[in-house]
Amino acid sequence: MSSVANGTPGTPGAPGTPDAPGATDTPGTPGTPGTPGATGTPGAPGAPVTPASSRIAGAFAEHKALIAFLTAGDPSLARTEEYVAALEKAGVDLIEIGIPFSDPIAEGPIIQQASLRALASGTTIGDCIALARRLRARTQLPLVFMTYLNPVFHYGYEAFFADCEQAGVDGIIVPDLPFEEKGEMEPFVRAHGLELISMLAPTSEARVARIAREARGFLYLVSSLGVTGVRESITTDLRPIIAAVRAVSDVPIAVGFGVHTPKQARELAALCDGVIIGSAIVQRIGASPATAAADLSAWLSPIRAALE
Amino acid sequence: MTKGRFGDFGGQYIPETLMSELYALEAAYEASKRDPDFQAELTTLFNTYANRPSLLYFAEKMTRELGGAKVYLKREDLNHTGSHKINNVLGQALLAKRRNKTRVIAETGAGQHGVAAATAAALLGLECEVFMGREDTERQALNVYRMELLGAKVHTVTSGTATLKDAVNEAMREWVSRVDDTHYVLGSVMGPHPFPTMVRDFQAVISAEARAQILACEGCLPAAVLACVGGGSNAIGSFYHFIPDADVRLIGCEAAGRGIETGQHAATIATGAEGVFHGMKSYFCQDADGQIAPVYSISAGLDYPGIGPEHAWLHQSGRAEYVPITDEEAVCAFEYLAHSEGIICAIESAHALAHALTLVPRLPKDTSVIICLSGRGDKDVAAIARYRGRSIHE
Repeated sequence: MSSVANGTPGTPGAPGTPDAPGATDTPGTPGTPGTPGATGTPGAPGAPVTPASSRIAGAFAEHKALIAFLTAGDPSLARTEEYVAALEKAGVDLIEIGIPFSDPIAEGPIIQQASLRALASGTTIGDCIALARRLRARTQLPLVFMTYLNPVFHYGYEAFFADCEQAGVDGIIVPDLPFEEKGEMEPFVRAHGLELISMLAPTSEARVARIAREARGFLYLVSSLGVTGVRESITTDLRPIIAAVRAVSDVPIAVGFGVHTPKQARELAALCDGVIIGSAIVQRIGASPATAAADLSAWLSPIRAALE
Repeated sequence: MTKGRFGDFGGQYIPETLMSELYALEAAYEASKRDPDFQAELTTLFNTYANRPSLLYFAEKMTRELGGAKVYLKREDLNHTGSHKINNVLGQALLAKRRNKTRVIAETGAGQHGVAAATAAALLGLECEVFMGREDTERQALNVYRMELLGAKVHTVTSGTATLKDAVNEAMREWVSRVDDTHYVLGSVMGPHPFPTMVRDFQAVISAEARAQILACEGCLPAAVLACVGGGSNAIGSFYHFIPDADVRLIGCEAAGRGIETGQHAATIATGAEGVFHGMKSYFCQDADGQIAPVYSISAGLDYPGIGPEHAWLHQSGRAEYVPITDEEAVCAFEYLAHSEGIICAIESAHALAHALTLVPRLPKDTSVIICLSGRGDKDVAAIARYRGRSIHE
């Protein structure tokens, strides 16, 4: 009788111990929803407004929000800190920090390569949380992680969001966690006072109201079919989707995927509450890491102006 | 807990852009299951085009040499295009056609699924584009040309590790861009629901036939059914109708490459951890930070860091066993079958055969086993020669 394969799902396949603070020995078996860590606030609907949600709301309070994405650790964590400072100076209202993942299926080549550069420089999830903690020590900008589900799942939902709360992270965007599957993660997000940012796409049609009703923080509206990247023009008519959201929710709507010019920003801002710029920023970082901080400030200023 | 679950495994972990399409696909698939016209059309294609039913061959010489259970080989290698992949692509291409899609895309590792998809697309008049890792286009150059002959366009994928998982990544990225006119013909029992269920159902013809065939030959069920596992489509197809037969052992053979201890393998069940990737919750080879690990196998078709969610469930529930088989063991079995039965099988299938060589002698002579020969080995001959130190190039 041959032995049954000795599957040991609790043991990571690679040698080495998880070095991330709070990494769990039992990936994939997060704690029970409803038993948050000692510092957590139960995230029932109608729970008191947390600092996280108020920071995100603040990004949309005064004007159309400018949201910037960059990948943590590309090309180094020290550089990422420098770029965030520059982005804040350039008038960015919310920072999306990408936790690098080996196989980012929703990303075009620019962000794929940034993820690989960040991983090649040794960036771990623990490093990204520590980065957020350092950033939070010096800024009140809302900080939202963007990553794929597997790294978070592997870290353990409870451990991850407890560490995020402690570091001062305000929310998370997970492109491969659609509405239908969010139930397994959202209780942990809410229990630790963060917001799970929902996404809508041009194909969302019949799903818009359902998603918008449960959306918190802001709604990430994907401008076009396809992956992230720099698009010459955005041809999708987003007005019906935006109207469908407005009919059921006051949640701010930010449009991303392809945005990179003041003209696009101005046109989109007329329809929604903010724009998200990712690939165009990451491209500048990739092209010239040493001068990107100064370059980004100058490059973003007409876009910032277009949103006023 | 959402749809398409096997225990906790499966689900639909995919970008929002694709969700409406997955609903539409599921509805169309469910309708096709109940539609006698669709089923009749598929059965006709199976029987008149794909050479079904495939033989269940009694390997008498092998049985004598091993001195244990009777060995039966389920000859999916004799299907049109040379592997079990045709079962799934005919089903999906018919469905795509019925949904007025004009274009199909597919990922491929060894090229077997790509060739099958290109074949079905040619037959049914669909445009076809295939994504294949650069490393695989080099080691399976013949299959690239074969796909082109069939009218498909082959995209060489250079992102990531330039192998099967990256081909899946690129196919998903393409799908998200052209979801309106394009159906993604996923090649295995993986990805988001409804793929693991739909592909399983199309491949279940293997065990539906094999179960009836073994009962006709032996008058009783086999002691074990063995199949190789990458994503796991031939294995689930071979296992499915035997799952309720609790006394039939179901054994999946995964790629241990140069040996589990070397770290150069694709043995997902033996070494992987639970995770979420390529649309599904299952087991994956990954590192301590949840990054998907590079994998290795001599067999391009098993060179994948995950396994279909139904296998994850069969493993967790104990209904099926999964064993790792090294390159060396698989190559020896490949050579053995050529000598003993005059059959050159795919190196993927040789992983299942390799385990049978040690299992069969330990089983009583009045029992039987079924080994799924998922594909033929013509594509592997040059690589095996090189493995044995003979410099042969296609």
